[in-house]
Amino acid sequence: MIKTKKPKLELLHGALVERIVDEGLTLLERQGVMVENGEALRLLGDAGADVDLRSQRARLGRKLVEDCLASTPSTIVLYDRSGGKSFDVGGDEVHFDPGSAAVTLLDHETQTERKASTADLIEFYKLVETLEHIHFQSTGLIAYDVPAAASDCYRLYLGLCLSEKPFVTGTFRVEGFRPMQDLLAAVRGGESELRLKPLAIFDACPSPPLKWSNLTTQSLVDAARAGIPSELISMGMTGATSLATIAGTLVQHVAENLSGLAICQVARRGAPVIFGGSPSSFDMRKGTTPMGAIETMMIDAAYTQIGKFLKLPTHAYMALSDAKINDPQAGFETALGAVLGALAGVNVISGPGMLDFESAQSFEKLVIDDGICAMVYRLLEGVAQRDDPIALDKFEGFTPGMSFLSHPHTRQWYRKEHILAGLVDRDPYEAWVTAGRTSIVDKAHADVVRRLGKYAAPPLSEAVRKELDGIMAAYGRSAGVESLPLPTGF
Amino acid sequence: MIKNELWPKMNEAIVAGDRAAAAALAGDAVRSGLDLLEVIERGYVPGIEKVGELWEQGEYFLPELISSAEAMKAAMAVLEPELNRKNIGARMGGKVVIGTVEGDIHDIGKNLVASMLQAGGFEVFDLGADVKLERFIEKAEAVGAGMICLSALLTTTMTNQRRLIGLLRDKGLRDKYKVLVGGAPASRKWAEEIGADGYAENAVAAVKLAKSLAGRA
Repeated sequence: MIKTKKPKLELLHGALVERIVDEGLTLLERQGVMVENGEALRLLGDAGADVDLRSQRARLGRKLVEDCLASTPSTIVLYDRSGGKSFDVGGDEVHFDPGSAAVTLLDHETQTERKASTADLIEFYKLVETLEHIHFQSTGLIAYDVPAAASDCYRLYLGLCLSEKPFVTGTFRVEGFRPMQDLLAAVRGGESELRLKPLAIFDACPSPPLKWSNLTTQSLVDAARAGIPSELISMGMTGATSLATIAGTLVQHVAENLSGLAICQVARRGAPVIFGGSPSSFDMRKGTTPMGAIETMMIDAAYTQIGKFLKLPTHAYMALSDAKINDPQAGFETALGAVLGALAGVNVISGPGMLDFESAQSFEKLVIDDGICAMVYRLLEGVAQRDDPIALDKFEGFTPGMSFLSHPHTRQWYRKEHILAGLVDRDPYEAWVTAGRTSIVDKAHADVVRRLGKYAAPPLSEAVRKELDGIMAAYGRSAGVESLPLPTGF
Repeated sequence: MIKNELWPKMNEAIVAGDRAAAAALAGDAVRSGLDLLEVIERGYVPGIEKVGELWEQGEYFLPELISSAEAMKAAMAVLEPELNRKNIGARMGGKVVIGTVEGDIHDIGKNLVASMLQAGGFEVFDLGADVKLERFIEKAEAVGAGMICLSALLTTTMTNQRRLIGLLRDKGLRDKYKVLVGGAPASRKWAEEIGADGYAENAVAAVKLAKSLAGRA
């Protein structure tokens, strides 16, 4: 049997990859990076960086960065809440998670965006739990009814109570890290157990160009020490906060991400780090950051190739759209991003469900996008040689009008070679009319209702749940939050 | 150089976003002893107005817009000290305090508006991003501004635009200032809802609005 070729997209010439990495390293050496965090600056200085504490600037030598690269694992294994199921984040493995931290939800009835509440966030978690092709949860909505002082921790708390899937999340305040780590450790039964079986990825975004804020730097340091994977989300906007050229933006991307990686490694050698991002092609007319622009996707695919060259796990914000409703733009931008991201081998693709420049989530879009992900996974399996000979023997005794419908070979293979349609319309015209001319959005809404109805909370031991409740309640009190939208014992 | 040659050159320097040329021509005007207010009005202002038109026609994009605003700034940096020496105010538009509200670190849009207001003849006090609401008022009081411009990019921080108006009211200062709001989540409806004096969807529109509120349009 001939080995199945895994379809793969590589946008950059190998020589260009090397040149971009080389310029990124030189940029860190010559200009350095601003780090607004004293502890990280000290750690970098101790490791040999040229640090100016007063101007909060660190110049990182090539040797230091290369050592940091050498101590960063090339694959991270995430585990689900029960610890039974594992997910490799590395190689060309692809996992989707919903686009995270939306502030609004597209309301199906009114077709307008509205503020998201805790009740919405709970439904979001339940829905994502039922979506088979979206492997990870994300803390995807920022609920307006939760006080900001407890918001980062509370959304993780709710998610851990409701879902088995690993999480992509992050802190909003420096103080938020500890209780979030405690929640994760409580699920695992201890900090060292959490280190062995990571349950969540923490996003940390540098501020382009070439700056790490105090909050994000602290998150890198804390996560590195806790063994929690940090996802580095460099996000240059072409022509605004990074160079207008794609290759120029990639140089900055490399410099920002590698400085983040270095901060993680000097905090703790071997810390898990993901080479990610959310860069965009800046719209020079509207001043917006279109995630559905083809150039945005090209930057994503290109830095992913660079991340692989550096032997790092990768992430990108793809499979999302800037449309405001579930219209054709929402579909084609999402599908284009999902396909390109998967072919580029992005390990963590954050995007499904998301609209409006990463600011809105849609339940209907989530289930439509789950179908897109299903198609993408099929694509990634490639075309296999199933039989030997491939076909000749099936044509023995060929007669005109021969059909394969009742052939045993069809029964043997059609379900393995082809996936079911899901929500997309494949009706003959008359059948479509008779069925009420329903659009995919209407079908998706019905599917959302059906899925929420069939959601059953995955079992969680009473002791763990009690511990989670206790951590959340204590953090709420310490943050001065009098009440949270749901009692912690919901 | 005679004026008839100078005006079109100044014009072109602004339209082309050529900082060096705009400043050099301003230097020529100073050395020739020209009426500097006339230089601004006839040499430079038509240039920035042309830029506004080109933007509205869809010819110009943000990089052209911001380059022209910076060319205008470069020319004014040469002219203003001279005018100040003669105790002549160069900024007919009045004083504007601008910033991105607290909790919000996005400042690209705000910077554009600040630059265009400056190019449009306003004296602009840019407080930066993540600005405490009290600071807007303190600054406006201190410099004697007539206008406060508030930017917000997040739906979570835009509520601070409403809070500022409340704060002005509490201090009995609401009628003293025109409050303009902008940013991705803001809208004309939002401006009305919170009792702001105006909303603009982009930097060019912001200058038009500010001029009309200042009685200059």
